[in-house]
Amino acid sequence: MGSVSDETVAPIPGRAYLPASGAGDLTEELLGSNSWTDAMVQQAGIPIVDSPFVTIGGGMGSFVTCDYLRIAGVPTSNIRVLSALDRPWQTYEYLTRVSQIPRRERLRSDSASRPDNIWGFPSYAVSEAIATRRLTALWQVFVEPIFADYWTPKAGQVFESLEREARRIRYFEMLTKGLVRVVRRREGGGYFSIVTPPEGAAATKRVAYRSQYVHVAVGYPGLRFLPDLQEYRTRHNDYHRVVNAYEPHEQVYDRLLSRPCVVVVRGGGIVASRVLQRLMDDRLKGGAQTQIFHVFRTFVTGANDGAGSERPRVFMRRKGGDGWAYQGFNYPKSVWGGQLKQRMRRLEGEDRAALYKVIGGTNTPYRHLWQEQMAQGRGEGWYQTLTGKVLELVPRDDKVVTRISTQQGTLELPADFVIDCTGLEADIAEHRLLGDLLEHSGAGRNPIGRLDVERSFELRGTRSGNGAMYASGASTLGGYFPGVDTFLGLQIAAQEIADDLAKRGFCRRIGPGRSILHWFKWLRGTTI
Amino acid sequence: MLPTLFGRIQTRIFSLGVIGGLATLIITPVLPDDPTYRVTFLVLLSVVVVGIVWEFIYHALQQFRWEKDWPTLFGLLTAINEGALIWLLLDRGLIPGIEEPPTFATFVVDFLVVWVTTWIWVNGPMRVPFIRWRFRGGRLVL
Repeated sequence: MGSVSDETVAPIPGRAYLPASGAGDLTEELLGSNSWTDAMVQQAGIPIVDSPFVTIGGGMGSFVTCDYLRIAGVPTSNIRVLSALDRPWQTYEYLTRVSQIPRRERLRSDSASRPDNIWGFPSYAVSEAIATRRLTALWQVFVEPIFADYWTPKAGQVFESLEREARRIRYFEMLTKGLVRVVRRREGGGYFSIVTPPEGAAATKRVAYRSQYVHVAVGYPGLRFLPDLQEYRTRHNDYHRVVNAYEPHEQVYDRLLSRPCVVVVRGGGIVASRVLQRLMDDRLKGGAQTQIFHVFRTFVTGANDGAGSERPRVFMRRKGGDGWAYQGFNYPKSVWGGQLKQRMRRLEGEDRAALYKVIGGTNTPYRHLWQEQMAQGRGEGWYQTLTGKVLELVPRDDKVVTRISTQQGTLELPADFVIDCTGLEADIAEHRLLGDLLEHSGAGRNPIGRLDVERSFELRGTRSGNGAMYASGASTLGGYFPGVDTFLGLQIAAQEIADDLAKRGFCRRIGPGRSILHWFKWLRGTTI
Repeated sequence: MLPTLFGRIQTRIFSLGVIGGLATLIITPVLPDDPTYRVTFLVLLSVVVVGIVWEFIYHALQQFRWEKDWPTLFGLLTAINEGALIWLLLDRGLIPGIEEPPTFATFVVDFLVVWVTTWIWVNGPMRVPFIRWRFRGGRLVL
């Protein structure tokens, strides 16, 4: 990944906002105005490029939206993907790889959630069964989750199938490299999206994309570290012993293989599970002598829900044990199509925020391999859990000491490494583009503080004449549809957006006939 | 599957009516003991009608599941209770329009072929013509 795309993943707060110099750059007048005329942009010397629809981000969200629109009959010439990424799965692959899911490992995603196939048929399990000529995958999806763990696809299978679909829909013809930091309403309708192209790619510092429709899919606003971890890293300038699981930390595992070490793992979600698996695999198969202390903030002992109810109702009860809350996917499955999706769609304000809380909370899937490894670790004494609130981290000799407030009093835990798997996300305002939308384009926040979108994923409050702005993905969590930051969630959003655009006359509504025709094209790999 | 109550009912009526109907049309002439179309289609109709009552029961059971889902396996295993009830009704002459019930062999082959065909259809191919169906809890119309 280049430095530009790194910023998309984790923007640096406080960094200079749009340095203005040279011709064709943003002016104070432009930056201060909520809506721009064509003349204002021209006077600043910024060239204007017309495209009816632009999608900003160029990651998974942009990709699945383009996929839907291409199938709905929109020509490539009417879509521009404004992105710092070379490939739609680039950021996703980076984040999964560093958080211990390389291509050969399995994701936490349903078999029928295929970002390369809007129908989810054939599912990944069917494709794997055909490719490997083994029925294992099919048997597992048949008996899941009752007699087997949920079957999930390998990361590599997902990336390879995305590559095939990207070529099929001619995605790369629509891709325009550059970083978008500002989108403003245009007087007379539509929007201007200001792109900063890579150095040398354009004659001017900025290029303006003038479009009727804008789709914002910039992913996670950024990572946030727990205050005690951030404090330690900044104060002691130690980025070596205290690492976040979403940043490259392979050096930790290398070190653990070379000599016996003590590691503190923090968090109770999927990333903690993956990191523990890596630590335990290295111990069980690679000969590492790692002693693992796993710190939970909340230790789940049995039935639970995301709201932390002590005795959850029988109809709203999640399984749990040994510290973990168990759930197959990010949310209870029916948020992607069934009862919970329908229920959330009708809720507003506090009621919606309350249901988000109940179905949310940190959780991880129950997987037999992980259970066996943890049981062995507990039995042999090299895997121990602690519950409490971390007060601070302090360096001592060549160790880092975690001070934890537990029910038994304050505990000091010296370790060689601390791996933070808590995965906190930054506020949307910390992302430059999203912050600018909140400040200048009429975008607002939903009941849990992210971008407020309609059921159609139109960004509420941003309409401009005959134009409309949409948003999908993690930045819209908290809306009428919960599972936004997932493969299937992005497809559900894309379907709503495509249907809304069809009502506005931008594309065809995908009915049964078009759907069947295009499914056969997908099956045969026909370029569209 | 991730059904809502009305989604279940709509999916049942449509998939048994269309796919189950086609399967019945094809299978009837080759069933043992030569049943008439009238008998096999009345059996199919009774599976649809009685099944609507079953859907209320399944929906109630689904409430005990945190995920509010209906695993693929359940969709197949419910052939047992539903088939048993239909056979009981047939055997006691409680299905209107059928005076002479089919033989047990006829019924079992007919019922299972229709059930498995429909089950396969709703677990994959149905998503091809109806791309919104799976996101609407199985509803086809509003």
